[in-house]
Amino acid sequence: MGKDEVLARIQQVVSEQLDDDNVVLDMNTVANAVNGWDSLAHVRIMIAVEEEFGIKFRMSDITSLDNVGDLVRLVDATLGS
Amino acid sequence: MSFDVLSMPWLPEAPVDFKQRCKSFDREDSDLGDRLRALASHRLTSSHAIIFQRTLGRLLTQGADLAPLSSFRLAILPSFTMDTIAGMIPAACARHGVAVDVAIAEFDQIVQTAFNPDAEVFRERPDGVLFLFDHRWIGLDRVAPSDDGSDRIDLAIDRLRTCVRRIREQFSAQCILSTIAAPPGTLFGSLERALPAAMRFNIDRFNQALVVLAAEERAILFDVAALAEQAGTARWFDPVAWYLYKIPFSADCSGLFADWLGRLLGAVRGKSRKCLVLDCDNTLWGGVIGDDGIENIVIGSGSGLGESFADVQQLALDLKARGILLAVCSKNNLENARLPFAEHPDMLIRESDIAVFQANWTDKPTNLEAIADALQIGLDSLVLLDDNPAERAQVRAALPMVAVPELPADPAYYAHYLSSAGYFEALTFSDEDRKRSDSYSANVERTELREQLRDLGDYLSALDMVLSTRPFDAVGRQRIAQLINKSNQFNVATRRYTEAEVERFERDPDIFTMQVRLRDKYSDYGMIGVCIATTSENDATAWDVDTWLMSCRVLGRKVEEAMLQTLVGAAREAGKMTIRARYLRTAKNNMVADLFDRLGFERIDETSDGDRTYCLDVEGVELEKLPHTRDDG
Repeated sequence: MGKDEVLARIQQVVSEQLDDDNVVLDMNTVANAVNGWDSLAHVRIMIAVEEEFGIKFRMSDITSLDNVGDLVRLVDATLGS
Repeated sequence: MSFDVLSMPWLPEAPVDFKQRCKSFDREDSDLGDRLRALASHRLTSSHAIIFQRTLGRLLTQGADLAPLSSFRLAILPSFTMDTIAGMIPAACARHGVAVDVAIAEFDQIVQTAFNPDAEVFRERPDGVLFLFDHRWIGLDRVAPSDDGSDRIDLAIDRLRTCVRRIREQFSAQCILSTIAAPPGTLFGSLERALPAAMRFNIDRFNQALVVLAAEERAILFDVAALAEQAGTARWFDPVAWYLYKIPFSADCSGLFADWLGRLLGAVRGKSRKCLVLDCDNTLWGGVIGDDGIENIVIGSGSGLGESFADVQQLALDLKARGILLAVCSKNNLENARLPFAEHPDMLIRESDIAVFQANWTDKPTNLEAIADALQIGLDSLVLLDDNPAERAQVRAALPMVAVPELPADPAYYAHYLSSAGYFEALTFSDEDRKRSDSYSANVERTELREQLRDLGDYLSALDMVLSTRPFDAVGRQRIAQLINKSNQFNVATRRYTEAEVERFERDPDIFTMQVRLRDKYSDYGMIGVCIATTSENDATAWDVDTWLMSCRVLGRKVEEAMLQTLVGAAREAGKMTIRARYLRTAKNNMVADLFDRLGFERIDETSDGDRTYCLDVEGVELEKLPHTRDDG
């Protein structure tokens, strides 16, 4: 799975969790810039991303994310390992 | 394979257009309640569940009529973060007949909230208040070996008692108390069960005290301890979820957690199922009674398979003993289906255990309606246990309010699936329950079907059936011989041939042969039909049907019509004018007595034994459109 596909699937998950079909994410998007992506939504999104890809993140990985690009790379790396 | 309870495998896969269906629900729609329940009765991801939650929320706000779902306002007072879990609850409750409106208090404010009637969570008067906490709330995560946890337990029970009373006085709401799960780690090993200073000992002690408290205060228990055990505590407890989010258990347990809660609220609202309807062949015993005969079906000890089916029967009897009605719904001749119940020594269920016994060749939805009518209970009180995926799909499509658990390929798990799906949740168990099923079996035995058959056209085309007819060949030879020697019911002449004779038919260019295979989107049935026709001795322009048989598993799927079309096509190509056929009556083949009449043959003779002779004008046959795709190779 390429990074583009990972990004697309994450965008789908985020738009479902936020109930907003207009969410557009790129690698540089930060959570604060997305309407509704607050700390509560963040928990749901992280769990939904794990569910979407059938993976479990390490705690330190989750806490060190700065933007969507980090999340995409984390998913990619976790899938590959 | 194994049984992964967290994936709730008894639920069918969610439809791909789940989201669109949710969004399309309109407050003006009829049957909203039934349709919501049907949609919720799938295996849902958290994304599905959250879409469902929003849909239900929207409809509730709009004041839509959601009957027959019962409404329930639930206030949850949690000692931990609930937000991710809460999203699963509305769909799970709808699955169990309840349109729930959930409000969640601030986390870790249980006592403060219970004593604050103006708290936001009580803005709408609750029907029920759920106290949800884990061992950490009582301080049982910190029991020291020098200490005995009983003080903390007494204190917690006391606090809960005051809260429960307060809520009851304030709102007359039903209180629900959760038991607590014991974490998988251990300080002492097996000794923990016995050591008053150990966590496991104290968690046991707390749960017992909670049982007493609930009984005294008329609260309901939500047995989270049992739920976590079922899930496996090593999987239930998720340190990352706790450390980062203060979520008390793993996210992949949320669906099952919500389902357990849904069952409980369903039971509060009287929505638990009341009747278990059992298929027979390959559900209660291994094999097909009509074909295999009573001596060859598999049931009882002596084989793993036989024990699996015995376990299903024992579970059904246990359910009956607690007041659940049993019914039979089988595609079979009545005499055949009754035989094992009456005569097989290893059967556990007897006919006297069955309140309604429906064995016939009519579709199952029609029979389920008859069962519900006879017992005077709603269709939404029925659970159908059936090994056949196509039957299950048909019932779900026609009667979405009937619960129909998926079943795995291995019958060893049937009882697990049925007992884990939570259809029969109870809040109490009374003498009345103990006696209920006896009173039924006395007066209802069998019930007449409504005359008209259901229109199955849509159902059949939705099966995506692919049918293939071919002449006999070496690949099919063994199975052809097997069918010829085994089929008793759908078999017009019951002629038996050896494999060598089958090979002779195969090689004789003057003999028409046909083997039929069928598959659909649920199953590949393999070879299920055989036909042989020979040129008449006294009329070279006529074929005589020598053999025509079919497996009963594919009844009602227009396979016989397709076989006729192939036969007629071949007859035309061979320049034949007529097809002649005979029905030779046996003790077992009554099912096809009218086959040729149905297929448009003209009946020209009938003997006193019931044998019939038919004739068909090949040119006169009109080929109807059938619901199969053909793959005739």
